[in-house]
Amino acid sequence: MESSEAAVGQKLTPAAEEPGTAGRGRPLSADSLFHGVCVSMAGLVGVALVAIVIAIAVDSLPAIRTFGVLGFLKSSEWDPVSEHFGAFPFIVGTLVSSAIAMVLAVPVSFGVAVFISELAPAWMRQPVSAAIEMLAAVPSIVYGLWGLLVFAPAFANLEPWINDHLGALPLVGALFQGPPMGIGMLTAGIVLAIMILPYITAIMRDVFVATPTRLKESAYAMGATTWEVARQILLPYTRTAVTGGIFLGLGRALGETMAVTFVIGNSNNLSASLLMPGASIPSVIANEFTEATSKLYVSSLIYLGLVLIAITLIVQVLAVLLLGSVRRGAVSSR
Amino acid sequence: MLKTTQMRLAALAVAATLGAGAQAAQTITGAGSTWVYPLVAKWSTVYAKNTGIQVNYQSIGSGGGIAQIKAGTVAFGASDKPLTPAELAQSNLIQFPTAIAGEDVVYNVPGIKPGELVLSGPVVADIFMGKVKSWNDPEIAHLNRGVKLPAMPITVVHRSDGSGTTFTFANYLSKVSPEWKTRIGADTSIAWPTGVGGKGNEGVASYVQRIKGAVGYVEYAYIIENHMAYARMLNSAGKVVSPSLAGFQAAAANVDFTKAEDFYVILTDQPGAASWPISGCTWQILRKSAPKATNASVTAFFRWGFEHGQDIARSIAFGPLPPSTIHAIEAYWKKNLGI
Repeated sequence: MESSEAAVGQKLTPAAEEPGTAGRGRPLSADSLFHGVCVSMAGLVGVALVAIVIAIAVDSLPAIRTFGVLGFLKSSEWDPVSEHFGAFPFIVGTLVSSAIAMVLAVPVSFGVAVFISELAPAWMRQPVSAAIEMLAAVPSIVYGLWGLLVFAPAFANLEPWINDHLGALPLVGALFQGPPMGIGMLTAGIVLAIMILPYITAIMRDVFVATPTRLKESAYAMGATTWEVARQILLPYTRTAVTGGIFLGLGRALGETMAVTFVIGNSNNLSASLLMPGASIPSVIANEFTEATSKLYVSSLIYLGLVLIAITLIVQVLAVLLLGSVRRGAVSSR
Repeated sequence: MLKTTQMRLAALAVAATLGAGAQAAQTITGAGSTWVYPLVAKWSTVYAKNTGIQVNYQSIGSGGGIAQIKAGTVAFGASDKPLTPAELAQSNLIQFPTAIAGEDVVYNVPGIKPGELVLSGPVVADIFMGKVKSWNDPEIAHLNRGVKLPAMPITVVHRSDGSGTTFTFANYLSKVSPEWKTRIGADTSIAWPTGVGGKGNEGVASYVQRIKGAVGYVEYAYIIENHMAYARMLNSAGKVVSPSLAGFQAAAANVDFTKAEDFYVILTDQPGAASWPISGCTWQILRKSAPKATNASVTAFFRWGFEHGQDIARSIAFGPLPPSTIHAIEAYWKKNLGI
């Protein structure tokens, strides 16, 4: 035992000193040890995930037995007094606030990433990148307080204008009507957009910078504008990573709790307008879990958590499918 | 299953400080209501100075407090909503009130000063059900002759988090409005028919102060701290009263705790000309089966609080219990715990 460990140590050291030769000529024992460690690490993540899902499912059982699956998903009633619980308003709130965040964050991230990789003078790239990354370092509770105390009052002043202009539009007008409170679904979406911006931007910037210069240079040489290069060189070349970055942002938006709780308005009633208050799955759990005393009430809140896991899973599966079709599209277009 | 999950989650917060629970006879541990937290925290600081005994209270919420005391991980649990005598008997628990607090309706109506507006229970119920939609509604105007009420839409602000404040408020409205009772009822969270939810008293206070035409409900302490515009209320004796510690105590003084089994009385809408109608209590819950020394240390702490902690209570807007109630509690301890 001792001698074999010593041998591992001796063999590893020179291998580490020679980059580029890694993986070649390495003794099997060291490799298999490393292999084993990695596999067990990966396995641990899987076991933890499965254990969490099982624990949540088990504790949801009383609510699942009482309300069923479709009954729970479709019902808009959330009444702790009479113990009738339904997830529909919260599912809608989670999806709508995240959708608003994506609609706002993706184009801005794209613009910032193109600016950093293509347009900005060299001395500006680092500070702008750092500023964007700083956004990711701000704790979500700070976003919540900022949203509630700074952004919402300012936004409330803008809302009468939104009412008068966007609210008067045909078809989408109903989305933009409501009292100027400054909090609500739209505010939650905007705060979420700022929160997920750095994640999407960072990935887009990295892959745009990593796009081979000869591709970009050839396009510029043929007289392409920056927009044409971004549209026809950068995006097609990086679409897998870009899509991945977008879904990373979406995953974060779906599960964000504290910031949303502060600004979404926390009303369990569905409303057609984005200016009206709503609630998301994480926000209602955060709000009500501590004071939930009855068994069915607690179980229904845990059941909501299970629904959120399911939604996240569906988003992940969609992402994988979409990536698959993007790759096929990329191959067929060549 | 559920109990264990809730306990497990809550225990994470408590575990660190509870670790050495058994070895420390000098430490009393409790958990539960966030409402009573400021009072227990202030009492325990002074108590530790005087006696050397530490009281470690974790404000994890009433639900968590009940779960913890049932599981036996703490010496006392605190809940804003009393358990029914049947529920107590089933889990071999006892409960007693700690201090009285009150809450009031607050508003943001331009031109109307604090205390200028008078409301009655049924009108408050109609406002919070969304039936009275404007500040110049005849229902409000009827109670406020001579006050210039604007034609401004009412925005209801309620608590988004589960809370004893909501329970007390909804319990009061259930007593004064049959429609509220059948349609909505009372619990720590309820199905609000209208309005926006703010997190905590501070969340409701900040929304009300910012949204013109808003109406909400907060604890008395927040009205004082934030100089909020509060309503005077018509109580069950037909008198108009302002929120005050004396008013909260008057509500408790009118309750005959010696007749109420396990102190299962909610202090809202009590009779008496001076009684503040939206008064509430926090209950401490103990296990009958806990070691006698543990229960004795808890009751000693609260006995000290009842006797020496009254000024502290008043300073943070909690009304001390009237002497008759304290006698009833001491008799209850003797009967159930032999202490």
